[in-house]
Amino acid sequence: MQDSFYLTFYLTFKLALITTFILLIIGVPVAYYLAYTRARLKPVLETIVSMPLVLPPSVLGFYLLVTFGAESFLGGFIIQTFGVRLVFSFEGLVLGSVIFSLPFMVQPIQAGFEKIPESLHEAALTLGKSKFRTLFMVLLPNTKPSLITGVVLAFAHTIGEFGVVLMIGGNIPGVTRVASIAIYDEIEALNYGLANQYALSLFAITFLILLLVYIINRRFIKGS
Amino acid sequence: MELKLKLEIEDKGMISLFGKSGAGKTTLLRIIAGLINPDEGIIRLDEEVWFDSKKKICLAPQKRKVGFVFQDYALFPNMSVQKNLLFSLENKREKSRVERVLEMTGLSELKDRMPSSLSGGQQQRVALARALVRNPKILLLDEPLSSLDIEMRLALQDEILSLHDKLGLYTVLVSHDHAEIFKLSREVFVIEDGRIINAGSPSKVFWGGRISGKFKFLGEAVEIVQDGVINILSIRIGNNLVKVVATDEEIENIKPGDQLMIISQALNPIIKKVDLKNPYAS
Repeated sequence: MQDSFYLTFYLTFKLALITTFILLIIGVPVAYYLAYTRARLKPVLETIVSMPLVLPPSVLGFYLLVTFGAESFLGGFIIQTFGVRLVFSFEGLVLGSVIFSLPFMVQPIQAGFEKIPESLHEAALTLGKSKFRTLFMVLLPNTKPSLITGVVLAFAHTIGEFGVVLMIGGNIPGVTRVASIAIYDEIEALNYGLANQYALSLFAITFLILLLVYIINRRFIKGS
Repeated sequence: MELKLKLEIEDKGMISLFGKSGAGKTTLLRIIAGLINPDEGIIRLDEEVWFDSKKKICLAPQKRKVGFVFQDYALFPNMSVQKNLLFSLENKREKSRVERVLEMTGLSELKDRMPSSLSGGQQQRVALARALVRNPKILLLDEPLSSLDIEMRLALQDEILSLHDKLGLYTVLVSHDHAEIFKLSREVFVIEDGRIINAGSPSKVFWGGRISGKFKFLGEAVEIVQDGVINILSIRIGNNLVKVVATDEEIENIKPGDQLMIISQALNPIIKKVDLKNPYAS
């Protein structure tokens, strides 16, 4: 019993960490593009990125299931080529979480980029610096609070996610059974004590993480 | 608005662009720097072609050797004064160049400070130093001193002048300040609605070339108030607000924001040195 408790939490945070890390790598370029593009397609792209905010998780989960299921063309192709199954597996959970938490990472960072005065960007250009160097030396260091906000929101949202995870991952202990699913599962089995143990732990841990981040963030704002 | 300009700067000279906001002065600087590209035309510096629409030449801003001093200074808030300058170096082995520029602009003592802890004048100085570190061929100054107080402005004007002479580079200054233009440049271009409407030496452009013993001031109309049968016209001359009585005829074509010349004929001025502790004591 204790073992499965720890295993569930280990899985939950592993999922959140990996998802957040992937999102940071994807989110920065996407946010950069959306903040600075003049393409006419921009509203469409922004809408696509933001869709998970309003879409019921079950809708997304359903389509992921249909798209990546072993019987589907894409799912079959991925299994044959990479040997990775994207439904009812941990990899599938990561994929679902990345898509579902994308706006939580992209939106704060995009807002952070847009808040930077245009002249800073242009100053770096007139000083002969490439866009790449400008991004890493000027833009990102000046969006630190937004980066932190994006990371925390993505992380916390992944921990709290239920619908997508259930749809695409199911409830396989040690593989796809994360804390939010475990709570649901224990309640169904009328195991209120254990459900409470999960719920309280989740409550406490997320509270501490958020608190820590807000304290750090305040230092940043004060320091700058 | 369409911008259509042709101007030439004499060898290593400093010119001023004068005109209302929105006339296209800043846009012209941005075009020279390559931040905006014109629809057609040629930009050439000495023998180097930076832009030629017919030959499809368009140098990226990074390749144009400009020193752009932005109106809001655009210092990188995450870097100290020294790091701001080091960032601008093209060749990392030229670190001594940063030291030299810091010394030249009197910033050596402030080199470890962050931009946010500096005064407006100091930030301005850092922005200028940063632009110079890159060893530019042309310096573009977008109203660099407009937000500073008069003392700081005068000091920095001297500095810009001496740096310009010492380094021998082309300089384009955007300014609203007649005195500044007189002091810094030998040629001024007046821009209105994207066109050059007047050009020449500051005294020719602003005074019409005539020099006489009369008192003349250039100012800007601030407000016109009718008071009984007379009109009271408020004019900003430099940093002073002056109120004069004007006839209906005189104010006919004047509206707030217009540039005015105030000439006084039969007047014997009394000139006194100002006691700074008590400037208004008579």
